[in-house]
Amino acid sequence: MSDNLTIKVRRSQLGRVRGAGSAKSGVHHWYLERVTSVALVPLTLWFIYAMVRLVGAGQENVVIWASRPWNTVLLLALIAMTFRHMQLGIQVVLEDYVHHKWFMTAASLGTQAACVLLGLLSALSVLKLALW
Amino acid sequence: MTETPDGLLIGQDSTGRLVKRPMSPHLQVYRPQLTSILSIMNRVTGMAVSAGTLLLVWWLVAAATGPQAFDRVQWFIGSPVGLFMLFGWTAALFYHFFAGIRHLAWDAGYGYDLDKVHMTGWATMIATVVCTILVWVVGIIVLRS
Repeated sequence: MSDNLTIKVRRSQLGRVRGAGSAKSGVHHWYLERVTSVALVPLTLWFIYAMVRLVGAGQENVVIWASRPWNTVLLLALIAMTFRHMQLGIQVVLEDYVHHKWFMTAASLGTQAACVLLGLLSALSVLKLALW
Repeated sequence: MTETPDGLLIGQDSTGRLVKRPMSPHLQVYRPQLTSILSIMNRVTGMAVSAGTLLLVWWLVAAATGPQAFDRVQWFIGSPVGLFMLFGWTAALFYHFFAGIRHLAWDAGYGYDLDKVHMTGWATMIATVVCTILVWVVGIIVLRS
């Protein structure tokens, strides 16, 4: 084994003694991933049911379907939960497999930007269909 | 100051010298098991569902744009490549859905015995296959009617 191994300790002595961990925010990512997944269980079932019913439907039928208030609301909820859950999931995958600091930062920010923009794009499309 | 906290891949031997800890599992020598395969499958399908969501974004944007744009996306989804993607998306979505419920049960503290882990693992795979085929059969029936 190498004798050149060193460890950089970035935490303060006080924080170490108090066992403050990651400033008490460490569980937030994990928790939000679970909350969004619980929400996605009924939303996904509804979405699959809705998509199967819409197989072969024309654009005018999609407008009629999406403009029913409950469908609009459930679509918006599905979009919000899906893109948040997706962003959290991709973040973990990046953290596990990307070890280059700058590439990791860029990929993480890029994922967040893509999820926010695609989510907004989808939500706007749903609202436009709803208010067609 | 040195300390050797858990989670770093560096530890101390009995003389206090810093040593590299072995990393595991070594994918090259690690015998594939139901548990590890299903675990990595949850990640793979998560990424696949994410990729497939782009198709949903396109579909929604096209529907909001107008009949011609919608016809284009419907044509793509009906093409061999589109059908393949849609089928893969359905399967990945169902797998991630059932595996996610399995994970939520674990988070709640249930299903950790090895026989239960294997049982729910097989159930996840069977449910994925059955639901994927069922949805496509119903979808084809809807399309024909």
